[in-house]
Amino acid sequence: MQASAPPIFKRGPSLVVRLTFFSILSVVLLVADARFHYLEEIRSALSVVLFPLQEAAAMPATMLRRTSDFFVTQASLYRENERLKRERLLSEPDSQRLRMLESENQQLRRLLNMPKIPDRERTVADIIYESRDPFSRKIVIDRGTMQGVKAGQAVVDYLGVIGQVTRAYPFVSEVTLLTDKSQSVPVQNARSGLRSVTFGVGHDGAVELRYMPVNADIQNGDLFVTSGIDGTYPPGIPVAVVTNIERSTAAFAKIICVPSAAVGHYTRVAVLSDPPPRPENPLGKPSPTPAVSKKE
Amino acid sequence: MNRSSLGDNIHGDEILLPVRGVYIVVTMACALLLNLIPVPRWLASAAPDFVALVILYWSVFQPHRVGLWPAWALGLLMDVANASLFGQHALAYCGIAYAGIFLHRRIRMFPMSYQIAHVLAILLGQQAIQLLIRLVSSAEPPDMLYFVSSLTGAALWPAIVAILMLPMRARPKAEEV
Repeated sequence: MQASAPPIFKRGPSLVVRLTFFSILSVVLLVADARFHYLEEIRSALSVVLFPLQEAAAMPATMLRRTSDFFVTQASLYRENERLKRERLLSEPDSQRLRMLESENQQLRRLLNMPKIPDRERTVADIIYESRDPFSRKIVIDRGTMQGVKAGQAVVDYLGVIGQVTRAYPFVSEVTLLTDKSQSVPVQNARSGLRSVTFGVGHDGAVELRYMPVNADIQNGDLFVTSGIDGTYPPGIPVAVVTNIERSTAAFAKIICVPSAAVGHYTRVAVLSDPPPRPENPLGKPSPTPAVSKKE
Repeated sequence: MNRSSLGDNIHGDEILLPVRGVYIVVTMACALLLNLIPVPRWLASAAPDFVALVILYWSVFQPHRVGLWPAWALGLLMDVANASLFGQHALAYCGIAYAGIFLHRRIRMFPMSYQIAHVLAILLGQQAIQLLIRLVSSAEPPDMLYFVSSLTGAALWPAIVAILMLPMRARPKAEEV
């Protein structure tokens, strides 16, 4: 190509120049997103554009579910109704006892001058789809900032913890499951009261308890519930059941648990409202030189 | 229309009707819709990336009309939909569009089996770009099933070509028949 060629076939900048331009633009976006978490506004604007398409794409599955709901036989409905009645009868004494204990607990807390345990509001949301990103474990639900969902809120189903809202768009939200590599939940052994933290291992159906000493009081079948000390999850929600313990000669035991919640089996979740504001640290702000204050 | 974009409408022995811009946009929207259909987790790694296929199709068969920016914009939408890093799909799809435009003469001349081989290589390349981006941003590498998506995508290439080319095939007029 001569530089002096007359511009008969004018086509703008060459392909390589355009590729370089868009590549640099993409890399800038990548760095801004991964390192500095900018661009959330652009993301949420694009998510509004995408929302009708997401709804339309989820339509066949929703329709299929609705039609199969419609053709449920009367016998199975009757059976289910009977079962639910029986279950309610069985759980009614428990819930009455719970109400009694709750009021007693409130009274005791008042006597001890402890703050009341606040109720969390719940927003019920449908799972639209599971993200196809093979590097993370995320689901997208159909409630967003318009319905009061905020990033950081806890998400549960009726069996246990599912995860946490990590990004809230106007109409949809991204929920990172507790099996994601980056997700950890502070938990407590329901049997022995031992506190720990679960870490996602990056594939479905397993979380890990790390940094537990080999002689820790943990057995197969132990249920771990949220401890509530993070302030995100309310205490006492089931998280996972221990299925495998390897007490090798290493410093820490390798403990694998199966999450209690049934992600992938149900399509409905509950988003818990924001945690209540935490009380001020009575010691004030941590001093800028903690090493010195420790010595005193 | 200049001479070289007239050449875009010649496919083998037949001369195709000119493509309307609306049609290109509609096919891209349909591909996006197909990518958004919820699939169970175990099937997710086998599901083909329709957006990648459609971008590749248009950059091979209309290299002078469809440039890099539609690929980039679709990539950003896929990033939001997939909750992946912002710019990850955008960069990978730009790579597809570049490869498609760069190789368009060669790919169009080849018989279908060779075309599929090229498509497979390009799709694997775009997945490799995405893998590289995530590894740099300290994600764990997925298992080898990750690349199955490219295999199913390449296997779908003949169907994609046949379907997308359908409206451009000149219908024989009554007096000619």
